Amino acid sequence: MTQWLERHVPKVVLAPTFAAILLFVYGFIGWTAWVSFTRSKLMPRYEIEGVIQYTKLFASPRWDTAMNNLFIFGTLFIVISMILGLALAILLDQKIRTEGFLRTVYLYPMALSMIVTGTAWKWILNPGLGLQATVQGWGFENFQFDWLVNPDYAIYTVVMAGVWQSSGFVMALFLAGLRSVDGEIIKAAQVDGIPTPRIYSAIIIPSMAPIFLSAFIVLSHLAIKSFDLVIALTGGGPGYATDLPATYMYAMAFSRGDIGQAASSAMIMMMVVFAIVVPYLYSELRAKHD
Amino acid sequence: MTDATLISPRAGTRTTGQKVTRLALRYGLYALLFLFALYYLLPLFVMVSTSLKSLDEIRTGSLVALPREVTFEAWKTAWSGACTGIQCEGLKPYLWNSLLIAIPGVAISTIIGALNGYVFAQWRFRGANLMFALILFGCFIPFQVVLLPMARMLGLMGLAGSIPGLIFVHVVYGLGFTTLFFRNYYVTIPMELVRAAKIDGAGFFRIFWSIFLPISLPIIVVSVIWQFTQIWNDFLFGVSFSEAGTQPVTVALNNIVNSTTGVKAYNVDMAAAILAALPTLLVYVVAGKYFIRGLTAGSVKG
Amino acid sequence: MAPILDIKNLYKSYGDVKILKDINVAIEPGDFLVLVGPSGCGKSTLLNCIAGLEPITGGAITIAGQDMTEVSPKDRNIAMVFQSYALYPTMSVAKNITFGMKVRGVDQATQDAKLKEVAAQLQIEPLLNRRPGQLSGGQRQRVAMGRALVRDPALFLFDEPLSNLDAKLRVEMRTEIKKLHQTLGASMVYVTHDQIEAMTLATKIVVMKGGVIQQIGTPAEIYNRPANLFVADFMGSPAMNLIPAKARKNGAGTQIEIARKGGEPLVLVDPTAPDLPADVILGLRPENIAQADVRTGESYQVADCLVDVVEPAGADTYVMSNLGGKPVTARMHAETTAKAGQPLSFAFDLGKVSYFAPEDGRRLN
Repeated sequence: MTQWLERHVPKVVLAPTFAAILLFVYGFIGWTAWVSFTRSKLMPRYEIEGVIQYTKLFASPRWDTAMNNLFIFGTLFIVISMILGLALAILLDQKIRTEGFLRTVYLYPMALSMIVTGTAWKWILNPGLGLQATVQGWGFENFQFDWLVNPDYAIYTVVMAGVWQSSGFVMALFLAGLRSVDGEIIKAAQVDGIPTPRIYSAIIIPSMAPIFLSAFIVLSHLAIKSFDLVIALTGGGPGYATDLPATYMYAMAFSRGDIGQAASSAMIMMMVVFAIVVPYLYSELRAKHD
Repeated sequence: MTDATLISPRAGTRTTGQKVTRLALRYGLYALLFLFALYYLLPLFVMVSTSLKSLDEIRTGSLVALPREVTFEAWKTAWSGACTGIQCEGLKPYLWNSLLIAIPGVAISTIIGALNGYVFAQWRFRGANLMFALILFGCFIPFQVVLLPMARMLGLMGLAGSIPGLIFVHVVYGLGFTTLFFRNYYVTIPMELVRAAKIDGAGFFRIFWSIFLPISLPIIVVSVIWQFTQIWNDFLFGVSFSEAGTQPVTVALNNIVNSTTGVKAYNVDMAAAILAALPTLLVYVVAGKYFIRGLTAGSVKG
Repeated sequence: MAPILDIKNLYKSYGDVKILKDINVAIEPGDFLVLVGPSGCGKSTLLNCIAGLEPITGGAITIAGQDMTEVSPKDRNIAMVFQSYALYPTMSVAKNITFGMKVRGVDQATQDAKLKEVAAQLQIEPLLNRRPGQLSGGQRQRVAMGRALVRDPALFLFDEPLSNLDAKLRVEMRTEIKKLHQTLGASMVYVTHDQIEAMTLATKIVVMKGGVIQQIGTPAEIYNRPANLFVADFMGSPAMNLIPAKARKNGAGTQIEIARKGGEPLVLVDPTAPDLPADVILGLRPENIAQADVRTGESYQVADCLVDVVEPAGADTYVMSNLGGKPVTARMHAETTAKAGQPLSFAFDLGKVSYFAPEDGRRLN
């Protein structure tokens, strides 16, 4: 018995976690998937009824807006954060004397809750007393900046706040990447007389491909899951103008009492994440294996 | 350190014209960097200055102006008087809730994660890689997909709307990350250490306790900071699984800001937001190095 | 005497991959067994199997007369020194050495006495309060040895203990290990990929390749009579010359015909050769080829060859030529008159020759 225990202690230690993950991740995904094929409303029902929830979901204009918004928000958020993060990293890589301080400043928003970020930007962007009023107060009477309450532009305010929060983190990732490039390659290039901008564009940045990939994965993951930011900044409004799949799912689950819709929208969210993350994880684990 | 720099700090001994261009570029670079710093700092500045103004001054003054008259009224209200709905007790009880959720949540998930990581890194067995992949994958799921069944499960367990329920949820969905942190840390330690200890007669827990735990301080700090920030800043689980008395601070903050009763007190909103942000900001300022390590470790998986 | 370590029909596989195939080795008390082979040959796995750190797939391991096949490492009465030394990083040197005793509940007085004894033996007394991180490579090596010595085990196991040291230190430590073996009279199993270490330390060598034992023997046997082409090529530096040749039975003995670059084939006569197939590979160590006018003897046969390269190496000079389409190295006196690009009279010592079959590499004589 003790012999058996001695040999299997590692498995015994791992067992509770693994069981919990199996149940609370995979079991729950299964449950949600199942329910997404039923007519569940306020209470879950377990008779499979086919894809009615998905048909309903794709016919819903609100979901349509949510997916559209996800696309707009996701693309802009990822692209701008990456560009800004990379630019900041390269600028900071020039032997800047105050680098430590600047890095701290660029990165601190990442420590904040999205709710805090949303609250702050909501105040700054509110047209009545915020930025618009301030600039008008400076004498630019015609200055217009009412995106927060404009259904056509409100989603871009979410992008602004999101980029503000996350670009510093991308900068940190890229900076770490820049610093890990083999110094001898760079010296060789300098000896060859290659100008510095060229060294960046032709040698350093291409060698950071894995970092671009992880930044992309993290940002897209953040984009798909982002819920807090929209809730705090716009509450999904005006109307449904800034709804994202995450807020749609939440509304269906907890305020509309439509479990079927909530489950099917959650499943779609997960599939979007899968489509991005699975190939990445697969290649990562593959690489580790060899 | 890369040796490549766009503009060399030590200008070479060339013509004065080149020197001037270099110097100008250098100043431009600093100007640009500080401009960006301003962009990141401005919202924080606006928050702080707004929180120190009276409502009158907010209505009449400029967003970016310093307060003419500093008042801590808004802070007092945010601390103990602001309304989160029907209750008007300020943020204080909810800060306490968040602390009650975060401390056990962080401790439990870090301890279990350390043991898990130790097994995955040093006591591999057949199937361990698959298990690790499955646990790792759990880090990536959008939590929306587990929200509904978890609500029911907490009900079944009698934890619905309770603080232990929230602790439980945070532990379960934080384990993937803490396991990853410790696994990646321990995997850099040569397997021979465990082998030597085995020959010395030490068992699984003895080796963990005497050899691995004493070298784990850096990764414990990373894990604690990561989990603390995650749990403190969480909103989705908080808003889904809490009830009137058990809400964490993020949920309470959102309720204060979006409460429709009475006049919109922006200064109170800002003070409340700062209060809610203070613990994680403090952690960031004090242990920024570990904070960044956690972020990068949590993102550059595997 | 009963063997101190007896391995019978040992198999080890990971899934479908067979790492070790039918290993049979036994050593007597006081033996110094060296497992040697190229990386990936299974020598370290075999050592870990002996230690009980890897479960075996088939066969049996006996240590000091006890079947240890299913016994956990701590109960095998062994001590092990690792390649990376595996010192516990947060413990002082003293704690590192006494950790095993502490775990086993040995009383403090005994611990102290043992520690003192071992520290004196290895001359590490001044280091006892330091952490491993504060030690040099050689000092760490000593501490790792101390941790093993303090156990007083039936069997010492060494896993490439010197490969992380620089060349000079490696030679010093090699001598110390040899001395230790002689003074303790302990039984040791030692893994290395360095054939010089194997030759200098061992009383018995096991040469491995691809999980299969190629040859077991004393250093002299392995060196002088390698069992096959692999052993011949692997042991010895510079390596044994392996020259393709044609053998023909002839009245006086066997005629060995070797192609010579830019000339008539070279013909040697071996009066004592056994029956050989038409195609053979002739194995001759560099020191068995000399300059004809410097050294001749009964078993030497002389022939002129074109010298390609001359490499002075201090005490010796290596002279390269080309025979049978292969480069051939001769170890000659430092004062050799050999000049690159000029012919030289070589003397081949056929008394030391090995013959191998080209198709499977087995030894023929």
